[in-house]
Amino acid sequence: MRQLVQHISDHIGKETFALICFLTFLFVTFSSLTPRFLTVANLSSMAFQLPVLGILTLAMVAPILSGGLNLAIIFTANLSGLTLAWTLLQAGGPDAGIVAFIIGVAAALAVGAAAGLVMGLAVAYTGAHPILVSLAMMIFLRGLGEFLTRGGDISGFPEFVGTIGHGSLFLIPIPMIIFTLVALAWHVMLVSTKHGFSVYMIGSNLNASEYSGIPTKKTLTLIYTFSGVLCGIAGILMVSRFNSVRVGHGEALLLVTVLACFLGGIDPFGGFGKVMPVVIALIILQVLSSGLNLLGANQHLSTAVWGLFLILVMVIRHVVNQLRNYLARRE
Amino acid sequence: MMTTDPEWVLSLENVSKNFGGVKALTGVSFRVKPGEVHCLAGENGCGKSTLIKIITGVYTPSPGAKLNILGKEIEHITPALAREMGISVIWQDLALFPHMSVAENISFDEVLGFWPRLVRTESFKPKVEAILKRLNVEMDLDEPIKNLPIAQRQIVAIARALMGNAKLIFMDEPTSSLTQSETSMLMRIVQKLSEDGVAVVFVSHRLAEVLAISSQVTVLRDGHLVGVFPTEGMTQTKLAELMTNLTLINEVTANPGIDTESILEIENLSHKNEFQNVSLHIKKGEIVGLTGLIGAGRTELAHVLIGMTKPTSGTIRLGGKEANFNSIRDAILEGIAYVSEDRLSLGLIQPQSIADNIATTVLNRILTFMGFVSAKKKESMVNHWIKELAIRIGESSDAVSTLSGGNQQRVVLAKWLATEPRLMILDNPTVGVDVGARAGIFRIVKSLAEQGMGILLISDEVHEVHFNSDRVLVMTNGEIKLEHNPLEHSVEQLEGIVYA
Repeated sequence: MRQLVQHISDHIGKETFALICFLTFLFVTFSSLTPRFLTVANLSSMAFQLPVLGILTLAMVAPILSGGLNLAIIFTANLSGLTLAWTLLQAGGPDAGIVAFIIGVAAALAVGAAAGLVMGLAVAYTGAHPILVSLAMMIFLRGLGEFLTRGGDISGFPEFVGTIGHGSLFLIPIPMIIFTLVALAWHVMLVSTKHGFSVYMIGSNLNASEYSGIPTKKTLTLIYTFSGVLCGIAGILMVSRFNSVRVGHGEALLLVTVLACFLGGIDPFGGFGKVMPVVIALIILQVLSSGLNLLGANQHLSTAVWGLFLILVMVIRHVVNQLRNYLARRE
Repeated sequence: MMTTDPEWVLSLENVSKNFGGVKALTGVSFRVKPGEVHCLAGENGCGKSTLIKIITGVYTPSPGAKLNILGKEIEHITPALAREMGISVIWQDLALFPHMSVAENISFDEVLGFWPRLVRTESFKPKVEAILKRLNVEMDLDEPIKNLPIAQRQIVAIARALMGNAKLIFMDEPTSSLTQSETSMLMRIVQKLSEDGVAVVFVSHRLAEVLAISSQVTVLRDGHLVGVFPTEGMTQTKLAELMTNLTLINEVTANPGIDTESILEIENLSHKNEFQNVSLHIKKGEIVGLTGLIGAGRTELAHVLIGMTKPTSGTIRLGGKEANFNSIRDAILEGIAYVSEDRLSLGLIQPQSIADNIATTVLNRILTFMGFVSAKKKESMVNHWIKELAIRIGESSDAVSTLSGGNQQRVVLAKWLATEPRLMILDNPTVGVDVGARAGIFRIVKSLAEQGMGILLISDEVHEVHFNSDRVLVMTNGEIKLEHNPLEHSVEQLEGIVYA
């Protein structure tokens, strides 16, 4: 038994293993507390809710790994959603066809990529701090979005758009399928492409990477462009889930994505971290929130529990590290 | 006031210290006379730092140790007591406050107190001025530390120690990041301190300086005292042998393997005010040394060669073909490797793994046919170089920062050799590398030359270039002044030229 545990933990990493253990613990606890937790209805509702936050979190992963941050993710997603909505409205609103939708999706992704590209170029070529660059982009996009929509909601889309947000394929919610594909692609990109390798190296030391011949400027530009594309996907998903677009929608998720990254073991100073633990961290947050909701807890209370939980994780990590150092010294 | 001068400002006897099962120090004694310039020498891990930390009260020694400061037996020393008794340490990183002014940094200890209160820096200025005057240096007291070069910061650190009436100052690797002229200024200040009766203990790797400035040297090896020696009559080679317990051979041998074909031909190369009309040729299999005082433009020349900066005029030909690099990537593709003098922040990505560091330069060679990075190819490439260069590691997934200086430098060599370069530029390759490990690095360099690589060896250390190059070029004020042939002339002659 112990060998099996050791084997699994060696294979997937201690961090991931600990997160999986905790997730299992949560599942068992909530299942025993309420019979409504382990039901198809609850599980599928979680699978519908998770993907938007999940994709936005993945958009945050690479910027943090490279030692930066992308504060503009929510408004990039909003503007992408707005682009799709505008295209659909131009094509007749509820009567818009599939072609208009495809054009709208392409335009939405292009808007996301463009927002990311501008940030990436600024970070790479001016050396400005990503927090400042993305903050400026966030304010620009918010202002632009509010100007274009006059602060209101845009709605009235064809029915099939809602299917993407609410439909299932072989019993699996479509948003979940999209999220899984994106997470897999991101995992592969970071672990086994030249770009991914460069992201980690730049995150630890930009100058030394440059001196080793890593294309630092190109890599930084791509990091933010790809992040923008993910925001675009999240924006499209938001349109199809809520059947409306409003600038500022999902604003509260910004800091949650940062926390999900840290909970998933991404080093806040860059250079270290993987996609899989972040995905598990996201599931933990979703389970906590759904479970507490089923137990009748207030929505606001579950947000408070998220915060408390993250503090707890930081403390546990510190204690485990201290303990490990102590044991290593005694050996 | 002191009535009688004690014989020793500091005297330690029978000091031992264990960390777990590891014996860091065993029965070491150490004595310093007032006003003496003493050197504490030894390789990394020999116990130098542990000894200083015991003297300053950071560590408690094993029972049986005797500590005597200024003639007083001290039962139990604490950091505060050590400072009060006049013992001060200037660590390598200086521990200054970059955003505070010179005056604030120097008077920092005076400002500290238990209760919060208002502080007027002005009130300390006369005292700060007096101390700087005593050291014979002029400095703008209001300048923030971050605007000063390292050498000036070091003076601030010394002044801060004197502000606390230091009788004995330890300096940890004080010259490792100083230029030659800055070093000689530091040496003058140390001389001044010594004349004033302040003892200085140097902890240094640089043997030439150690011998030039100090009168006594205490050598430690593996936590044991090797002995205390007068520096008069001591040679660098002998001191290195005492530190390493190895017999080091320092002799110049002719290199029969130099090809007639040139790898690098530089004609009249200039870059702004940094260097002018530099012409130099390196043949296949040749090791060309380049030395001179820092500020002579050597590193700037290297930066132009690797495409970091563009020359203002002149031509660079690589293998007969004119080279015009826009980035360091271009230079790498053309077969140039550059071992930076700053291994900590430019040479290696310290927190990342040994394997990833070696792979940084050769990602294109370890791809699958789909264009992904192949874990298998990476592993076999990394293992090949670790074996080839005999790098002593635990796992190749360990962070590079866990390795010793010598092994880190081997990782740097590995990552560049993996690019199969035609020309390797080594910029001060032995900074922070133990004396024993240096010989190993140069053995590798020599074997590379034998395989036909051209090598440009840039170094501050005259001995290093003399004993390891086929020709030595001396650069002064941005120009190559002359060529020195180690087979025909002695190292002393070269020293005479460089320091003239």
